[in-house]
Amino acid sequence: MKTIWTIAKREYDNYFNSPLAYVIAFAILLPMGIYFALIMWFSAQQAFYGGAPAPDSTPLNWLFAFLMIFLSPALTMRLLSDEARMGTLELLLTSPVRDFELVAGKWLGAMMFIFSILLMTLIYPIIMNNFVTPGIDWILVLSSYIGLVLVCSAMLALGVGISAIFTNQFAAFFVTLGLFFFLWFMIGLPAGYLPEGGGILNYLSLSTHFSENMNFGSIQLGDIAYYLSLTALGLFTGTTAIEIRRWR
Amino acid sequence: MIKVSGLTKDYGARRAVHNLNFDAQQGEIVGFLGPNGAGKTTTMRILTGYMPPTDGEAIVAGYDVVEESLEVRKRVGYLPETVPLYNDMVVFDYLKFMGELRHLPNVDDRAGEALEMVGLTDRASGYIGNLSKGMRQRVGLAQALLHRPEVLILDEPTIGLDPGQVVEVRELIREIGKERTVLLSTHILHEAQNICDRVLIINKGKIVAEDTTENLQARLLGAERVIVRVRGEWDELADTVKEIKGVRKVETHEDGAVEFEFASGKDLRPEVAKHVIKSGYDLLELRPLGLSLEEIFLELTGNDVKKK
Repeated sequence: MKTIWTIAKREYDNYFNSPLAYVIAFAILLPMGIYFALIMWFSAQQAFYGGAPAPDSTPLNWLFAFLMIFLSPALTMRLLSDEARMGTLELLLTSPVRDFELVAGKWLGAMMFIFSILLMTLIYPIIMNNFVTPGIDWILVLSSYIGLVLVCSAMLALGVGISAIFTNQFAAFFVTLGLFFFLWFMIGLPAGYLPEGGGILNYLSLSTHFSENMNFGSIQLGDIAYYLSLTALGLFTGTTAIEIRRWR
Repeated sequence: MIKVSGLTKDYGARRAVHNLNFDAQQGEIVGFLGPNGAGKTTTMRILTGYMPPTDGEAIVAGYDVVEESLEVRKRVGYLPETVPLYNDMVVFDYLKFMGELRHLPNVDDRAGEALEMVGLTDRASGYIGNLSKGMRQRVGLAQALLHRPEVLILDEPTIGLDPGQVVEVRELIREIGKERTVLLSTHILHEAQNICDRVLIINKGKIVAEDTTENLQARLLGAERVIVRVRGEWDELADTVKEIKGVRKVETHEDGAVEFEFASGKDLRPEVAKHVIKSGYDLLELRPLGLSLEEIFLELTGNDVKKK
């Protein structure tokens, strides 16, 4: 556990050394800020013309999850592929570090970075709360954020897993992006056309559990299990890829 | 304490290491000598738990490198040949990170201690990316020494260092080797002679010779082959030198020096020198020619040394 923490901490610090992390933070926070302003403006307009539903911050979190499809591959692409390219993997693999600890540490480091950005986005529901009487639905916000953490957890784990397979970070980026694109937009598509069994495809979709359940305040075991399974799958893929590297 | 038996490693169809057997005791510095691609790095990577062997067994610091890899890795300090480092890290932070991975107590002190050993204390707060090659090498060495390992495995530890640093690093290795087991690889013969108690010569994945440094030295520096240089032309003189009993002229070099070979076991340098002086020539150089590493290899692998 201590080893995982050591690796995660270094990775977290490392993000702030690289311009990429700031670019990613910018690419998340700027659209969210604009979207937030639009929501507030729209609600204010409606309120002016008499009566408006209370604005809620969940669309912002949906935007966050959506942006993660494109940005999380950039966060994870170099985590292990770069270690392999630079040869520092040899250093880590000859230290008393289990392969799993290495992969989990990298994932945790990326999680901590995303968590920092998530904390910054809390400013939006807080501001919103000050404009709405009697305040916004904090339970809904909580459910949405739990969902968001789970989505990020799954995406980052898969990203780290794919990064372990490649030595080239751009290969890792595009494969991860392709996978997320497929899991988010495409896998659920045939569900509507199939006579039966479409439910499974819908269940496998990366987006439905968040966009249709957790972001509407519904936390179900199946949804949590889905994201945790993907996280485990990602970390397992990474660990196996490292092991295969040793045997090659 | 390294014990290797029947170690074999295949990369696909290519056999990189073939049935290696050797051991190294505590307080012993063993040199791995061989040309590039001989299997030195592969063997070291197996011993450090980086990759498993295809066949055979290796015990390092009392643990099997495959079955108890983590225990081995706790007790081994390793300097890989490429000296991989994180360029965007500060030297001290890097050592601290490696120390924390090893769960060392008082990491700060240990990092400082290791830096002092390699003489890099004044660069502790600099970025690794800004260091010269020699300094990077020393950071790598500090990393290998950080946890005071029982076994130290160094892949080409002095490559890329300037002469002064080479001397320092060799001194350091000799010091460490007094109490611990050191296995180092090199393709510089002189280096192996200089630091190692025992030398393993490896070629094409096989150990072709194993000898103490003294024996190897005798073999290499036995003045059986000398270069003689005098002022002016001396074709005639060379012919008369040849008549000294036990001396054979090998060839005349392009720059006018002449190479002689003595009958085995005899050092006829004084005789040659006296003869040159007596004949009225100015003797400029009389230098023993050790066998080169290539020649030793050819000799050990059973091929004759054919001069070009």
